Amino acid sequence: MDFGAINPTILIASLMVAAVPIMLAALGELVVEKSGVLNLGVEGMMIIGAIAGFVTAVHTGSPVAGFAGGAVAGALLSLVFAFLTQFLLTNQVATGLALTLFGLGLSSLAGQGYNGIKPPATHAVPFGPLADIPFFGRVVFGHDWMVYASIALVALVWWVLRATRLGLVIRAVGENHEAAHSLGYKVNRIRLGCTVFGGAMAGLGGAYVSLVRVPQWTDGITAGAGWIALAIVVFASWKPWRVLIGAYLFGGITVLQLNLQAAGSRIPVEYLSMSPYLITILVLVIMSSGRGRAGLNAPAALGQNFHASR
Amino acid sequence: MQDILLSVEGIGKSYPGVRANDDVSFRIGTGEVHALLGENGAGKSTLVKMIYGLVKPDEGRMMLRGQPYAPVEPRAARAAGVAMVFQHFSLFEALNVAENVALGMENPPPMRELAARIRSVSEEYGLPLDPSRMVGDLSAGERQRVEIIRCLLQDPKLLIMDEPTSVLTPQEVGILFRTLRQLSSEGTAILYISHKLEEIRTLCDAATILRRGKVVGSADPRQSTARELAEMMVGAVLTPPERKAAEKGEVVLGVTALNAASPIPFGTSLKEVSFTVARGEVLGIAGVAGNGQDELLLALSGELKSAPDRVRIAGRAAGDLGPAERRRAGLVAAPEDRYGHAAAPDMSLVENAFLTGQIRRNLDRGGFIDWPATRAFADEIIATYDVRTPGNHVAARALSGGNLQKFLIGRELDQSPDVIVINQPTWGVDAAAAAAIRQAILNRAAEGAGVVVISQDLDELLEVSDMFAVLNEGRLTRPRPVKGLTIDEIGLMMGGAHGMEVAHHVEA
Amino acid sequence: MLKLEKRPTPSTFWQYGTPVVAVLLTMVAGGLLFAALGKDPFAVIRTIFWDPVFGEFAFYLRGQLLVKAGPLILIAIGLALGFRAGIWNIGAEGQYIIGAVIGASVGLAAYPTESRWIFPAMILGGAFGGWLWAMIPAILKTRFNTNEILVSLMLVYVAETILAKAATGFLRNPDGAGFPGSRSFSSYKAASNPEIFAGSGLHWGGVAALVTAVLAYILLERHRLGFQIKLAGQAPRAARFHGVNPARLVVFCMGLSGALAGLAGIFEVSGPAGQISIDFNQGYGFTAIIVAFLGRLNPIGIVFAGLLMALTYVGGEMAATNLGLPSAAVQVFQGMLLFFLLGVDVLTNYRIRFFWGMK
Repeated sequence: MDFGAINPTILIASLMVAAVPIMLAALGELVVEKSGVLNLGVEGMMIIGAIAGFVTAVHTGSPVAGFAGGAVAGALLSLVFAFLTQFLLTNQVATGLALTLFGLGLSSLAGQGYNGIKPPATHAVPFGPLADIPFFGRVVFGHDWMVYASIALVALVWWVLRATRLGLVIRAVGENHEAAHSLGYKVNRIRLGCTVFGGAMAGLGGAYVSLVRVPQWTDGITAGAGWIALAIVVFASWKPWRVLIGAYLFGGITVLQLNLQAAGSRIPVEYLSMSPYLITILVLVIMSSGRGRAGLNAPAALGQNFHASR
Repeated sequence: MQDILLSVEGIGKSYPGVRANDDVSFRIGTGEVHALLGENGAGKSTLVKMIYGLVKPDEGRMMLRGQPYAPVEPRAARAAGVAMVFQHFSLFEALNVAENVALGMENPPPMRELAARIRSVSEEYGLPLDPSRMVGDLSAGERQRVEIIRCLLQDPKLLIMDEPTSVLTPQEVGILFRTLRQLSSEGTAILYISHKLEEIRTLCDAATILRRGKVVGSADPRQSTARELAEMMVGAVLTPPERKAAEKGEVVLGVTALNAASPIPFGTSLKEVSFTVARGEVLGIAGVAGNGQDELLLALSGELKSAPDRVRIAGRAAGDLGPAERRRAGLVAAPEDRYGHAAAPDMSLVENAFLTGQIRRNLDRGGFIDWPATRAFADEIIATYDVRTPGNHVAARALSGGNLQKFLIGRELDQSPDVIVINQPTWGVDAAAAAAIRQAILNRAAEGAGVVVISQDLDELLEVSDMFAVLNEGRLTRPRPVKGLTIDEIGLMMGGAHGMEVAHHVEA
Repeated sequence: MLKLEKRPTPSTFWQYGTPVVAVLLTMVAGGLLFAALGKDPFAVIRTIFWDPVFGEFAFYLRGQLLVKAGPLILIAIGLALGFRAGIWNIGAEGQYIIGAVIGASVGLAAYPTESRWIFPAMILGGAFGGWLWAMIPAILKTRFNTNEILVSLMLVYVAETILAKAATGFLRNPDGAGFPGSRSFSSYKAASNPEIFAGSGLHWGGVAALVTAVLAYILLERHRLGFQIKLAGQAPRAARFHGVNPARLVVFCMGLSGALAGLAGIFEVSGPAGQISIDFNQGYGFTAIIVAFLGRLNPIGIVFAGLLMALTYVGGEMAATNLGLPSAAVQVFQGMLLFFLLGVDVLTNYRIRFFWGMK
């Protein structure tokens, strides 16, 4: 293989950008799953966030408004999921799939006429002379604010889950909803809140795809990133900092294979472009192998609906 | 009588098709240990859930220390000084003791401070606990301590305890009672829910007896005999099951040095379990919940496999056989959990009859199900075991616990088995159904089946068994004849009090 | 306020009633959507649901219905068996593609030989391809406890890449002047899958779908294996107690659904699509998920659901050409249908009580 044509500084800097969407979406889904809800609609919420963020940013001229729009759209779509699963007790797997199918359709419908437009640019944070330091300047101080915000969000989620009352209640609900109910916690409302947070994060990640990563609008722009985010939650054993590692790993693979393609590697293009998906499978196998639910640290009530009958 | 702490006046609650509570009134004094006595399904749980704010009464009112009391949620009840220890613990296995305690408190102090308080309170009441341990790794008795300490940290005026002793060894029961008396002497009232009469007679100052949702009487348990209380509770005179002295035949089930890792998260592995059961013999296996009972049932039913010669059914090596092949070899089993293990709750009784009856009752032809024969089998069970149901087409979940259990036990007994293994035959079943089930089991034994009954109800085991053994942390004691066993000996077989004596000695 | 109350026994009425209510609700919500897009909602609904069956061009469009419904039904039946057992194969799209590629490879390898064994061999190849692709998540699940949802889905993306490679590389028509796409099967008689009766739209794929529906119905209602599938889905521990081997059931259900998806793929490529092209797959593997649920995971229900879903495709195309309705609107419409279906299904197991005030 010829890595010669690939500049490691640029590679690391760009993998940090490539990792942002899946990191945000996976972090949101982690909170959702910690509360015991399995929302497979991440892909749908991301792509809705992508188009909503794109449209908002184009019309307001403000990328910040775009990110907000993406988050709101993702949250709204997740509200549909939360209502169906928490109050009408629908199967979470099926409802998540419905969310994805619906989101893909709706985004494509809403995105008509936005092909080929360029969104307003999201600029790098001006760190002044810091950005001129060799290697570190580009890798650490050369990014737009969302890159830093996503890392801060990882820290925030970690802290909330680990050290706050809210985090303890979320974990308790995901562990044993019957017990949480008998202690007087409103299981369905807590899950609703977590699901909407997860939707907002997925929407935010989607908006980052269409506003920064690509940046333009095409149908199916997220290309499975939502599913990879779901896999990263498993990879991370439901631990926030490992989400960061997982996202950088997959961001790295994506960037590397693109760079190899561009560098005219001898490996056929097809193998390179399927590599992120194959590696996701490989990682899932390694993570799950020989371990049960407890070994994986998965929330015990994951995917089970709760109905207080008496 | 002391000052009235809580008075309940004319409380009623209905669920679709069930009048759970009807015009229930009683009073609890400060520092009083008050028993709420009743059968399964008498409405005890609904009543205490209303006091704890989990369920809202349809009518009636409650007064706490002279003030109207109508908690809208458990939080309000806790703020008013009412705490509750649940029968099925409200604990989180993957969280540690301190976190579990914090979840039951309104304003928990920071974790470090809370851990220190857990240590000091647990020592004060002789209930040692390590705040940093994962609850999933604790024994049932230790888990109950977590629940109790969670309550005690809030300095309750009224402590509700729902069937607290069902998970304890006799020695642990003694320690619990000491703790409760200590609380009572400090002025905390205790509402003690149980259907175990002897316990209530030793512990409680007053008793209110519920039957079918109504108060049918109150008594001073110390002045009443167990028989009087029982008859008030059940509303009929009960006859203990008849035993025909059966000839012991050849050994039909032999288990030798069986080891099995638990497939259940936080479960208990089986270690070197050995026993034999002969035709006509009933082996009773006691033990506190979570000591390997579920695993033993799985290992005998075939859901958990082992080396072939570890389990022998009628002389034949069967350790590596699955459930279907073991049925073919003559062993039937009835797991504890009716909703989801022994039966599929959403399937009809006919389908549930096919679930285990397929092999021994020949209910299929080359894989194609013989529905008429299966319906006939279901109808036969319904008729023979007096299962109250609108028909064989209803979903299993529609039946009451006792009726479904009669159906499920009947389903196994009516397959002319050589070996019967039953876990918790009468758990959550009313007294009449329980008596019928025990009688049916004994009848099968008299006809020559070897029976293993795993139960947490010592009285039940002593009533039905010939031989008695205890599962303790996955190990089985050597089976001993029931005749001549004393409660103290049984308690020691059950592992005593899991290191709790030490704490009370220090305190004393 | 409203409150749910669990029914003691599932309602038979609502078991049949929910799909109808869901379709009606979707028409209302879809009508609002079409109105929001500036179209006359009644005209659009009529174009989608009425015209293909009874309208001016019904003679042609009815056939198109069967063309679209065939693969949907075939795939959905396989998926439904898995869903019933709690095994979530959502990568049917990938199995459909791989089935088509392998089946087509068999046919193209024989080109230009004329033999009546070529078409059956292609069918076997298609089923084998889908089975093979589904075995990957199945084996990973049974051997390594890997989540089959994520793996089967990831493999869709891999399959799409392989399809691109096939259309532009190893299966490309050598006489095609470098254009992507394989040789046409319609002009290679031994390997083509034409209409059985001209103009009917019914090809061998449609026949296979109907036969499969009947067989699957018998399996579920009469056979022990069907009982075990239902049991494993409703009460996994009871299934193990009955004697079901969960790993074997996963391999069976995944394998069967994969093989059926692969069959649908080869029937499509050798018939209506006519060749392997980069985008011959139309997302049938995903739409089939909706079909499976719309048919209440019941094989006979799925036949009707497949026809209805085909209606939205055919009618949606009509609405696109005649009324300028964006084709994505139909996709949204299908997504909404699944939402309503899942939501309304609560009525089967719960009663809804309304009451005033807070509870």
